[in-house]
Amino acid sequence: MLNLFLLQALNGLQLGILLFLVAAGLTLIFGVMDLINLAHGALYMVGAYLAATFTALTDSFLLGLALALPATLAVGLVLELLVFRHLYGRDHLEQVLATFGLILILNEGVRIVWGSAPMSVPVPDFLSGSIPVVGTLMYPAYRLAIIAAGLVTALGLHLLVNHTRLGMLLRAGASNGPMVSALGVDIRRLFLAVFGLGAMLAGFAGAMVAPILSVDPGMGDSVLILTFVVIVIGGVGSVRGAFVAALLVGLADTLGRSFGPILLRSLMEPAAASQTGRTLAPMLIYILMAAVLFFRPAGLFPARGSR
Amino acid sequence: MSAGASLPVARIEAAPPRRPGARIALLLALVALALVPVLASGIGAPFLIVTATRILIFAIAALSLDLVLGYGAMVSFGHAAYVGLGAYAVAILSAHGIHDLLVQSAAALVVCALFALVTGAISLRTRGVYFIMITLAFGQMAFFFMVSLSAYGGDDGVSLDHRSRVLGARLIEGDVALFYLALGVLAVVFVALRLLVASRFGRVLRGIRENAVRMEAIGFPAFPYQLTAYVVAGAIAGLAGVLLANQAEFVSPAYMSWQRSGELIVMVVLGGMGTLVGAVAGAAALIAVEEGLAHFSEHWRLGLGLMLVLLVLLARGGIAGLTARLRGGRAA
Repeated sequence: MLNLFLLQALNGLQLGILLFLVAAGLTLIFGVMDLINLAHGALYMVGAYLAATFTALTDSFLLGLALALPATLAVGLVLELLVFRHLYGRDHLEQVLATFGLILILNEGVRIVWGSAPMSVPVPDFLSGSIPVVGTLMYPAYRLAIIAAGLVTALGLHLLVNHTRLGMLLRAGASNGPMVSALGVDIRRLFLAVFGLGAMLAGFAGAMVAPILSVDPGMGDSVLILTFVVIVIGGVGSVRGAFVAALLVGLADTLGRSFGPILLRSLMEPAAASQTGRTLAPMLIYILMAAVLFFRPAGLFPARGSR
Repeated sequence: MSAGASLPVARIEAAPPRRPGARIALLLALVALALVPVLASGIGAPFLIVTATRILIFAIAALSLDLVLGYGAMVSFGHAAYVGLGAYAVAILSAHGIHDLLVQSAAALVVCALFALVTGAISLRTRGVYFIMITLAFGQMAFFFMVSLSAYGGDDGVSLDHRSRVLGARLIEGDVALFYLALGVLAVVFVALRLLVASRFGRVLRGIRENAVRMEAIGFPAFPYQLTAYVVAGAIAGLAGVLLANQAEFVSPAYMSWQRSGELIVMVVLGGMGTLVGAVAGAAALIAVEEGLAHFSEHWRLGLGLMLVLLVLLARGGIAGLTARLRGGRAA
């Protein structure tokens, strides 16, 4: 029972880390540019497809990953120059419409280039198999690698945001954008940098999950919604909030699905408990989000001081 | 600043356009719509009746969203949930042997109004981006609830044995009869909403859209008005869901996916927000474009996506500005 709990907690942690990678960029894009970007999940999908393609071409997952990252960055920058740049400062509704259109374009584009059938990427040899974690508990090495890579990235982001000049501008932009611009910072270059960073992080997350999930044209959509939940719980514009909320959502979702029915069984009869548990578990994170917003309408770590 | 701020007030006081021909034009449009089944069978294309029925049903849903989005300035990204709940009211009651359309509609209205009341009361505590995302999350919550309801098909959805009965009679078993029912509901909803937005309630709602702080200062708190609009819109969307279930004779969680909510927003904005005729036209345009593009290529979504992006990028001042210019007014 304890092993099962630890196993599920690790799964939750891994989901949370992935959500953080996607959410970190998106929360900055929201916070700094005040842009609601529905197409962020599509960049995650593009990252996964590029990693799958390059891995197949080079026969090496690491090379594939190394090529997929700059390629996703390039896609992100091109989209910024062509579309997003013209959406800053526009009405939220227009941003929703344009990025909704972009999702349709990217999803359908992927379908045209790579086909509708899911692609699979083999787990790299040196990370295949499981290794013992605690006692008798075995955990797949690759999933541990995802957790480690995510934590290293989170640490890097923490340093970038809190201890560099760019990070200072990011934080300043998230709390008061017009003032940063008025102080003579080239806001266009800052926006481009933020967007590129966000795109690359999302692409990185997509590339990392490619070996454990099927790579298909709808994969970005489901992640997008979870990412929104993370950002809203954490507070728009706050990387720290995104980290806490991502782990919270990852753990709540994973543990709720596996232990919800077990917990309910002590309250009601087994058949009813498993039905109720199955019904409630997928709704759990949305209930969590509603609860957080009810008590703290600007999320756990609001970045904007003025609101 | 003061000059800029006085513009919206002027716009509110000007009642919705009451051009002398407007009522006649609407009547003519209604008559033209009523002739669709006759013309469709006349040119040997009865499948057009099905398409037209879908247009009418989505027009009802788009009208209800327009009340929230266009008049209430609340960008709800979960409106498809209400259409889906309405459709499931039909499916679930049918599975228990209750086939009466009136009972099903009443259930749909009650369920949707309650869901809108609870989720709206929570969502309206938030503003801007947060509102968009929390309505999206509630929509997804309803979606996953239906996916996990394995007793009613779960992810795969559930087929209806037959369409609803009206007091035991098989009135809407035929496609033409269903078309006229949808047209009737659309006409009633249209007139009701027209009266609503022209009423004192509607003027307060539009005032809150333009400047919530000022309205609050003169004694109109935003919350009860916005929540009422949200609940009314949810209930009407549920009615559209009842019709949709009967049209397809099939109900699945896909009706309430977030992409559906996005399409509803597109319909309202395409036609011009805050104009009821626009919502109907937007629904017709989107369904026609979808079915038209689907006719040419399986990759029709690519075309729709390009259209949306270009529309937003090229229309200076946004779509609202474009439609305002086309109407000869000034950009919003």
